[in-house]
Amino acid sequence: MRCSALYCMTKSNFLLSVMALLACGTAMAQLPTYNVGRTPTEAELRAVDDLVGSDGKELPPGSGTAKEGAPIYAAQCAVCHGQNGEGVNRYPRLVGGVGSLNTPHPIKTVGSNMPYATTIWDFINRAMPPFPMERNLSPDNVYALTAFILSKNGIIKETNVMNKNSLVEVQMPNRHGFYPDPPHSTLEKDGFWTPRWEQTKPAAK
Amino acid sequence: MNSKVSDRRAFLKGSAALAGLAVGAIPFAKGEALANVTPGESTVKLGVTKLGVTPDEPTIQDLLYGGRSSYETSVRIATSGALADWGLRTLTPLQDSIGIITPASLHFTVHDEFNLNNIDPRTHTLTIHGMVDRPLIFTMEELKRLPSVSRVHFLECTGNSGMGHYRNMLQDRAKGRTDVTVIQTVHGRTSTSEWTGVPLSLLLKGVGVQKGASWIVAEGDDNVHHAKSIPLAKAMDDMIVAYGQNGEALRREQGYPLRLVVPGFQGVCNVKFVKSIKVVDKPYYMQREISAYTNLKPDGKASWYESQVGPKSLITFPSDAHKLPGRGFYEISGIAWAGRGAISRVEVSTDDGRTWKDASLQQPVFRKAWTRFRLGWNWDGAETVIMSRCTDEYGDIQPTYMELAKMWGLDEKSYDERMPAIPATEMAQWLTTVGAVLNNQIQPWRVSQDGSVQDALFSTLLHDKI
Repeated sequence: MRCSALYCMTKSNFLLSVMALLACGTAMAQLPTYNVGRTPTEAELRAVDDLVGSDGKELPPGSGTAKEGAPIYAAQCAVCHGQNGEGVNRYPRLVGGVGSLNTPHPIKTVGSNMPYATTIWDFINRAMPPFPMERNLSPDNVYALTAFILSKNGIIKETNVMNKNSLVEVQMPNRHGFYPDPPHSTLEKDGFWTPRWEQTKPAAK
Repeated sequence: MNSKVSDRRAFLKGSAALAGLAVGAIPFAKGEALANVTPGESTVKLGVTKLGVTPDEPTIQDLLYGGRSSYETSVRIATSGALADWGLRTLTPLQDSIGIITPASLHFTVHDEFNLNNIDPRTHTLTIHGMVDRPLIFTMEELKRLPSVSRVHFLECTGNSGMGHYRNMLQDRAKGRTDVTVIQTVHGRTSTSEWTGVPLSLLLKGVGVQKGASWIVAEGDDNVHHAKSIPLAKAMDDMIVAYGQNGEALRREQGYPLRLVVPGFQGVCNVKFVKSIKVVDKPYYMQREISAYTNLKPDGKASWYESQVGPKSLITFPSDAHKLPGRGFYEISGIAWAGRGAISRVEVSTDDGRTWKDASLQQPVFRKAWTRFRLGWNWDGAETVIMSRCTDEYGDIQPTYMELAKMWGLDEKSYDERMPAIPATEMAQWLTTVGAVLNNQIQPWRVSQDGSVQDALFSTLLHDKI
């Protein structure tokens, strides 16, 4: 879709012409050579750009404390995860298990296993409570629920405010429980994804 | 030419009438009346007006899309144990597999929900964004206009062949379930298809990956919102954004209308219903890649982002779903695959590992795909144990179970230090239950004098403990 700036500027409404210019500018991009695809609108991009990584740069504004999270947890989470995060039946336990990972009966929970608090925020935000109720929590609610789970694990205090900045700074107990650290991804050079079979393969018979 | 055909089978044999079917002249469903069929200039009137009423009669669906003989009954079965409650998890009947292609209808599914999206391809889009010069959104129609590839690749669930599945199977049997076998219930989370789609590298080059980017993170449009980090180098190597499977569109349970195929990598990487690929500079530590799909070692640390499937083979006939009717000739047949490349050799032992013979490999051998192997065998009727082991093009050899345990850090030293009170059998059990270990151990089958075939691995490790 091409549209000349000149055409836009002849319009009497200046705002409209600016909007049209912007639209023209963004709609120009396509896959080179094949000329298919288009630049997503901001709304389209926002709809899919919802994953939160460990540096938290995608985290939205908002905040919450464990105290604020408690009633939300009781109403929407406890039925599966238990009143105190102990898990109900086969549903995942969220609390405890620290110190169990090197025993014959390891207990992986948010507290004992997860290296970054952003993972909790991301998963609650995108997938909890499960279908068809997911994606209905406000950012404040997600911050509050994350704070509640962290607090139940003794990682933060009940009054600590979780927000875009503080969440990233939370030190998870199992932060260094994984290797390689940090995961890297070059191919043949350091052999990250081809690897362990090469390093540890059994001797040929 | 006017003819009145009163016998439905005669009608079906008539090529002119079939031609009428082929052009869609009679758009009706099973059980509806066939009337006034007009193939070309002729008019065929049918005395009998229903199809598919008795088992011997083909249904309209049999003719328009195709079904199999009513004598063929091979099906996927539900996974055993509590995992069956987690969602749509069905297992490929490896015991009935032929050649290297798994029919789409029998491809295993591991789907962590019971709700399966039915996505309208006219509204589905793929957005590529993040550290790119020009984020782009593509419709399905646009993706199908782009240069495509068709490649044969296996998929395998990370937890396939684990001890936990064997234990669940025993529990199911104890409850009276009769359809479970080791070959299907423990090993049936792998299948091979010809996948068709756009090379992801083509799209990534087109959007202009920025300097410093090293990973992608893909998200699916399913109700569990599965997201997975994958090294950018892998994405640029051989990943496919696939819309086709075995000559037709993807099946719904395989991610219709669009999924990732990550050749040689664990099943969890092959994001279904893929809607977004974000180019990033680090893995994103998504819930599934932190909680379940890391590999806990005896020292309490876990390795992560180990995605490549090791060399693996499995005798599918005879296996514990079969019973040999008597001594004599049988072709031993099985499948071998490796996440890193092509299978170069499969050896078969029919004497409990004392001697090995090279099996023939079905040609062509595709990289990162099942390779069918075959070896003629004259069974003398005596009890014996048969097994296979494979080697990939890099010389990596499929390990035994105890070799695998050592590779995962469960050597005698760590065993003594960490778990002094745990016997070796439980150590092996620990190995396959605590982590999402890809179990590529050699699978031996015991053939008894009466021709019955039993697992000779898990049963020896677990004894009768459940």
